Amino acid sequence: MLHIRCPHCGMRSQNEFAYGGDASVKRPELNKEISDLEWDNFVYLRKSLRGKHLELWQHISGCRQWFKVQRDTSTHEIFKTIKANEDI
Amino acid sequence: MSQNFRLKNIGLINRDKKISFKFNGKSYFGYEGDTLASALLANGVHLIGRSFKYHRPRGFFGSGVDEPYAIVQLFRNGESVANIKTTEQELFEDLEATSVNCWPNVNFDIGAINNFLKIFLPAGFYYKTFMWPKSFWHKVYEPFIRKAAGFGVASIKHDQERYEHRYEYCDLLITGSGPSGLASAYAAAKNGARVILAEDKPRFGGTLLTSEVNIGNQTGKEWAENITAELKKMPNVIVKNRSQVFGYYDHNMLVMSERISDHLSKTKKYSPKERLWYIRAKEVVISSGSIERPLVFGNNDTPGVMLSSAAKEYLKVYGVLVGKKPLIFTNNDSGYETAIEFKKNGVEPIILDTRKNPKSEIIDEAKNLNINIKFSYVVVAAKGYKKVKSAEIAKISEDKKELGVVENINCDCICVSGFWTPTIHLASQSGNKTIFNKDIDAFVSGQAKQEETTIGAANGTFTLEETLKDSFNTGYELSKKITSNDNKTPTPAVVEKKSTKHDKFWCVPLPKGKNYKRFLDFQNDVAVSDIEIALKEGYRSIEHVKRYTTLGMATDQGKTSNLNGLQLVSNIENKIVPEVGHTTFRPPYTPVTIGAIVGREVGKHSKPTRKSPIHSWHENNNAVFVDAGAWLRPRYYKQGNETLFEASKREAKNVRKNVGVCDVTTLGKIDIKGPDAAELLNRVYTNAWLKLPVGKARYGVMLREDGIVMDDGTTTRISETHYHMTTTTAQAANILSHLEYYLQIVWPELNVNVVSTTEQWAGAAIAGPKSRNLLQKLFPKIDVSKEGLPFMGYIEGELYGIRARIFRISFSGELAYEVNVESDNGNYMWEKIIETGKEFEIQPYGTEALSTLRIEMGHVAGSELDGRTIPYDNSLEGMLSKKKDFIGKRSLNRKAYVAEDRQKVVGVIPLDKKTSIPEGSHLVKDAKAKLPNPKLGYISASCWSVEYDNPFSLAIIKDGKNMIGQKLFAMSPLKNKTIPVEIVSSHYVDPKGERVRS
Ligand SMILES: [Zn+2]
Repeated sequence: MLHIRCPHCGMRSQNEFAYGGDASVKRPELNKEISDLEWDNFVYLRKSLRGKHLELWQHISGCRQWFKVQRDTSTHEIFKTIKANEDI
Repeated sequence: MSQNFRLKNIGLINRDKKISFKFNGKSYFGYEGDTLASALLANGVHLIGRSFKYHRPRGFFGSGVDEPYAIVQLFRNGESVANIKTTEQELFEDLEATSVNCWPNVNFDIGAINNFLKIFLPAGFYYKTFMWPKSFWHKVYEPFIRKAAGFGVASIKHDQERYEHRYEYCDLLITGSGPSGLASAYAAAKNGARVILAEDKPRFGGTLLTSEVNIGNQTGKEWAENITAELKKMPNVIVKNRSQVFGYYDHNMLVMSERISDHLSKTKKYSPKERLWYIRAKEVVISSGSIERPLVFGNNDTPGVMLSSAAKEYLKVYGVLVGKKPLIFTNNDSGYETAIEFKKNGVEPIILDTRKNPKSEIIDEAKNLNINIKFSYVVVAAKGYKKVKSAEIAKISEDKKELGVVENINCDCICVSGFWTPTIHLASQSGNKTIFNKDIDAFVSGQAKQEETTIGAANGTFTLEETLKDSFNTGYELSKKITSNDNKTPTPAVVEKKSTKHDKFWCVPLPKGKNYKRFLDFQNDVAVSDIEIALKEGYRSIEHVKRYTTLGMATDQGKTSNLNGLQLVSNIENKIVPEVGHTTFRPPYTPVTIGAIVGREVGKHSKPTRKSPIHSWHENNNAVFVDAGAWLRPRYYKQGNETLFEASKREAKNVRKNVGVCDVTTLGKIDIKGPDAAELLNRVYTNAWLKLPVGKARYGVMLREDGIVMDDGTTTRISETHYHMTTTTAQAANILSHLEYYLQIVWPELNVNVVSTTEQWAGAAIAGPKSRNLLQKLFPKIDVSKEGLPFMGYIEGELYGIRARIFRISFSGELAYEVNVESDNGNYMWEKIIETGKEFEIQPYGTEALSTLRIEMGHVAGSELDGRTIPYDNSLEGMLSKKKDFIGKRSLNRKAYVAEDRQKVVGVIPLDKKTSIPEGSHLVKDAKAKLPNPKLGYISASCWSVEYDNPFSLAIIKDGKNMIGQKLFAMSPLKNKTIPVEIVSSHYVDPKGERVRS
């Protein structure tokens, strides 16, 4: 079980959190004309990388905040956790 | 039976307390402090079971966790437990055990015929022998394997015992209480660290209990006892025996199983049987010691052949002789220690040492005691079937290839020592890159991945002096890092006998013309010849050899066999061991009961039970409940001998005719507040929300970004900046997370707050033509007329003195209202509704009637919004705004979503108007078509229409809009039913929706 530092609450065990996918994905702006390819990339295409991955987690059994975690996908090492509005 | 093999004046058992027990139906006795193994050995019992593949007789090999084959079925307090190691099971009064893996009994075993058929059971026999002919598998091979294999029988009874989980945090977790564990724990605890010391065995001290050493001015055993006692008194230390740390997981979380009651006849009241500890440690000290390696020779699985360290432990801890004519076969000095103990207790051992002329203090002591020592000698084969009777021995040449003349020597046990294998399982599990240490011919821990340090014998340090020095230092340094304290405990002086180098030789060659089985893996019956075959057949990777031969794959995880297997592969391949590499160690280190893993989360405790505040009323009124997620909801209210079908029909009919009331507390409720609340709703729902007036509700549909329908519900504008959203019961938690995601990550500029209020409000749906009359009586001061409270209207009022919210919304398709009050007033509200509704012939209705009402109205719900359908499929395309963007909109123009013959929801009626159509049935054109019969669609929900008194179903079917009027077949292969049906509109009752607006 991972040990994750919620930027708002501190160190907590993984069972308090829910995984939320790739944090680098940006939703296209509303009402913006974009190509099918661009939209499909946003909806379906995710990198499955080995190594450092910036991802979203939500502290569902805590403060309910979404935040970013930089984690190594092969070793589970967590390098950094930051608030949703911060950049790595 | 008397204990012929028990010594009088030695051992740590309590001779004042006799304990009687039964093995294979026969009564014996032992003493408090015995294991089942030591008690059986004291009674001269060596035959315990039969081996896995060849069903050869098997006895005891070890004295603890490493035991490969002395496994029994245990009976305790009416429960039967499989796969119990006799070497770990402590004796308790009235213990009963039986042999496993033998039939009809341990002395005459049919499976032993495999021993004579072994030519047919070589390496990979699973893959070869049982493959042909194919038709034999089910009838012959599988039943044969099932009868012959296995280590006992799992109980099919419900386990009455209680198991607990505990979470703990500490600075240092120390795994093992031998000299290294005790020293590091003591040094760290003295320096202020929070320490957990875990010992697998009942007694603390490890090898200090059996070795002849002095620490300071005490014996090793006294030192261990005093340090343990001191640790137990310290408030910053948790000391646990009978506790195995079996798994090392990510981020320094380790799991330990504590066997609280396994050593008792019966679990104490209010005490669990086992407790599973989840321990998050800042630093882990692996002090798990080492396990003696076997030497390999002919018939080395015969009962009476055992590890020399085990023989010593039986003698020194339990006062038990494993034999009276012991032969010690060793390639290092450890065997001498065992021989010396025999000699001191009046038994004459003979030592066979593979080395030519070794010299050390220990060997000198043996010589001084006049022990018969034969250098450059080996055991060629053990003789005797159910017990060692003699041994064939021979001199061995210097290059260890040639055997001299084979002699026969009388003995009743053979104690073997092939040197020591550090127990690196936990380090390896943690991700440590282990390295091969040529000096000890074994792997030790290398580069650590997590915060762990391996010390003592587990790290290949085999002298006590070095071990204590390292361990005191490790405890001090690690604790200093955490506590910043600087209290250093001095390392005491040590007196121990020096030993000399071991011999790398471990596998005795076969004499000419002999074909003895030489076993590597005793539990899975893997012999030297099996590995040779696997390599001949081209297997190279150690992982493949392991799976092909099953070496090290048994419940003991190859604790005694892995290294010898590796050495054999490397010898044959002319490689060095590190090139071959070892297979991956995975948790658990020892078997863990399912009960311990599951803990308290069984049956009703597997998830929380959510109950509405009206629950007890439902109970008192014969409600039959159904699980709706974690909620319990009334499915129907039983009257007399009614069936589900009859009751739900009655309840639904009463809604259509009079008025019914349904507990809708479980619906998800989310409070939405803020100046941008309307904008948020406008983005998450598919329809327009900006112009919804205060005091009005609106139905909305939410999509995922891929265009699939996520949820539906109504949202009401309570005030300018305040909305009350409802979700389906099942999706409540997901929708809250969904909204939070968009507010926190995607559109943080929106000034809105959301919070779940599901449990703050109790809800009652009042539905039926007489619902307005009832509502008027409940709220006499409010104008509830068609004009005063129109469809989708919202108003606040007072219900017999309590604050209430009234929504005019309908799920049943009837004129209907939903009344919400604060949860604490839920039951009060309900009772008032029932009481006041009597004159309108009110009846409560459950989820079954609720389903009937919505299905015949053609309202889609969970079975249609199943995560695979888009708005069009559910005839919700009218809900899609063309003027604004919303979540998922861009996906809706995907090719498949706009196809001409896209699937759509329809109604289905059986032609005979009698036969109910099973949910999940497939709709096909031709009932007799060749398989696979093309499927046009499927039945999503079925009910008995109370309006028309015949079955009615909803289906999602390809080209649904052009299918109305078609005659098809609904086929359910599961229920073996083929029903001719007609496709009709999904809006079966009141297609124009006049009733809800009446
Ligand atoms: Zn938090």
